[in-house]
Amino acid sequence: MFAFYNDGKRGVTVNLKHPRGVELVRALIARSDVLIESFPAGTMARRGFDHASLAAEHPGLVMLSSCNQGQTGPHAQHPGYGSQLTCLAGFVHLLGDPDESPVILYGPYIDYIAVGYGVIAVLAALARRRSTGRGTYIDLSQYEAGLQFMGPALLEHQLNGTIPTRAGDRDTVAVPHGVYPCAGEDRWIALSVWTDEEWSTLRTALGDPAWACDERWRTAAGRRAGEGELDLRIAEWTRPRTREEAVGRLRAANLRAAPVLTIGELFQDEQLTHRAFFRGLPHPVIGTVHCISAPFALSATPSRQERAGPTLGADNDHVFGGILGLGDEERAALARDGVFD
Amino acid sequence: MSLPSGPELRPAGSAEPLAGMRVIELADGWSAQCGRILADLGADVVKVEPPAGDGARARPPFVADRPGPDRGFWWLALNANKRGVTLDLAHPGGQLVLRRLVETADVLVESLPPGELERLGIGADRLASWNERLIHTSVTPYGSDGPLASAPASDLEVTAASGALSLAGEPGKPPVRTTLPQSPFWAGMYAAMGTLLAYLARGTTGRGQRVDTSAQASMVTVHPPAPVFWSLLGEEHSRLGPYLLGRSIVGARFRNIWRCRDGYVSFAIQGGAIGRHTGKRLVEWMATRGEVPEALRSIDWDRFDNTTLRQEDVERLEAAVAPFFEGLTKREFFEGVVARNMLGYPVSTVADVLEDPQLRSRGFWQETQIDAAGRSVEFPGGFALFDGERPRVRRPAPRIGEHNDEVYVSELGLRPEELAATRAAAVA
Repeated sequence: MFAFYNDGKRGVTVNLKHPRGVELVRALIARSDVLIESFPAGTMARRGFDHASLAAEHPGLVMLSSCNQGQTGPHAQHPGYGSQLTCLAGFVHLLGDPDESPVILYGPYIDYIAVGYGVIAVLAALARRRSTGRGTYIDLSQYEAGLQFMGPALLEHQLNGTIPTRAGDRDTVAVPHGVYPCAGEDRWIALSVWTDEEWSTLRTALGDPAWACDERWRTAAGRRAGEGELDLRIAEWTRPRTREEAVGRLRAANLRAAPVLTIGELFQDEQLTHRAFFRGLPHPVIGTVHCISAPFALSATPSRQERAGPTLGADNDHVFGGILGLGDEERAALARDGVFD
Repeated sequence: MSLPSGPELRPAGSAEPLAGMRVIELADGWSAQCGRILADLGADVVKVEPPAGDGARARPPFVADRPGPDRGFWWLALNANKRGVTLDLAHPGGQLVLRRLVETADVLVESLPPGELERLGIGADRLASWNERLIHTSVTPYGSDGPLASAPASDLEVTAASGALSLAGEPGKPPVRTTLPQSPFWAGMYAAMGTLLAYLARGTTGRGQRVDTSAQASMVTVHPPAPVFWSLLGEEHSRLGPYLLGRSIVGARFRNIWRCRDGYVSFAIQGGAIGRHTGKRLVEWMATRGEVPEALRSIDWDRFDNTTLRQEDVERLEAAVAPFFEGLTKREFFEGVVARNMLGYPVSTVADVLEDPQLRSRGFWQETQIDAAGRSVEFPGGFALFDGERPRVRRPAPRIGEHNDEVYVSELGLRPEELAATRAAAVA
């Protein structure tokens, strides 16, 4: 896991319980633009890296502290992890069938929202530093970052008194809107119809079956009233067809449709391949690892992916020798003292 | 008041680090969150809508369930902190005004279908010829080129095409999506990230560039461990309902969502130091409220290791715990786990989130008046604290053409007859 999600980084080992280890890290920070940490609130200060003293030495430093619930407040010290924080932030209540238990959002969903906002905060602080020369201390609560993705539901509750809840695959506008089974085991397509004109297009794409000519399907209100039946009818059309055939027919009619891809299929997806989204990088222990690239392509300064995540201490010599300028003998002495363990 | 014609004309405070950046946003759903993020950080974001208003204004639900261009919750949530003008981009007069806007801008964000700007005669090359420092960010379902570039898609389809849909739901039943569409947020967030990278790069190169954001690719980033399991081990992860994988080396799955008295809570029987602590404190907590089942009483939590449990062991433990949670409300559970420093959270509704004492204590919510009737609502506040300050919700989403005079006359200095031509075009 480490090799995949730390690509492009260098890695060093330092013993922070050793005073020389703390000194080395402080020297490294003094030569850096950005310091990012995600320890529980207060840990950095206890280890000798409080922001105030770092900033006194290095006023241009941009420091990001990212933790579950932020550096302050009654729950700042409460332990937690992303999968459960995703529940606390309200996402999981919105996932599943309305009369059943909610289901989990795979993995620590909210963590990745916080990572995105953390990068944005750092970039914005660097832009400000260009004009002011001053760094910034950023206190990012993963919980608060995640709630940025809940805005419409949070407003709706306050103004309408409703509690938005899970609705399977249904939508407030599009109808039909759902996933439909195709030939093969656990093979599905997604399809949505947003206007009455699109419904008429779908009817033609399905071959104008007799059931579809019923007047009640012509309006969104009629389709919504019979949505369960409509879904079964559409499934009758999709079930004998492969996903490729069904999606091909629907897309050819300019309808919104897509295969529900499995994770393995992403690696063969023609659009992601066109964007070189998964890039194979050599790793000394694992072999080739397929790291993901950014979801945006920059035309003039494209991302370069040069190396997989570092093995433990892989760049100790480069960083402590090349960057901090410690000689071979000095590094050997520090190693004997356990500073790199 | 006159707008800065470039960045850095007024000092940027910590909580508005992008003060001085000018962003033109060509209206649509996919790019709205990108503009919102830049606006929250202090950029002057001018949303350019067609004369009849952005289509996103029509998305329900609406305030008091009464449709109206300024009443949709999606519209209100994603367009706060922006100013709004109207312009008919298909009209030559409208394009002249767009040019004037683009000449003053650092960034243009748009989410028109690929090829649409070219069809209007204002493609990427034309925009760059108007302003070589312009950063042109696009957000589209699959990206601006490639085999699927022209395939239409909504949130459901890009989520399906990203693999994310296949990972949510009950096994054997259809995959499900988050009822509040998520891909517009993810795609908008990455577009803002790419835009800021290009903005920093411009400081070195002096030139803008294209930032081509794909919603499909954005959604592939929401489930990082799954592609690793495939790439490394050939393991295809799929949906598991309320269960978590990966805590056992013998393949047992652990329940992560449990029924409680008024909803659901998130909890898992776990190992590791904090997991053992959680188990130990759970049993103590249960003892204060009644008899602890033998299956739990007999555990030596100091040596407990969940990685070697077989499925039947896990189920026996979970059956012993479940009735305890069923007797607690979400709030009792939340207060109990916080008091005992245990792992676990309620499965909150938005109503629960709005009451959370941690968010209140950090001043997260920002009361904002959203209409002339004085109706106000608490918005989620800025996403982080910058030197202790939180970016503000400074203004509600704009009404249609609310800032036409301010932007076109006061700031761009359009003469009344030019504006009249634009207005004629706008109503044509």
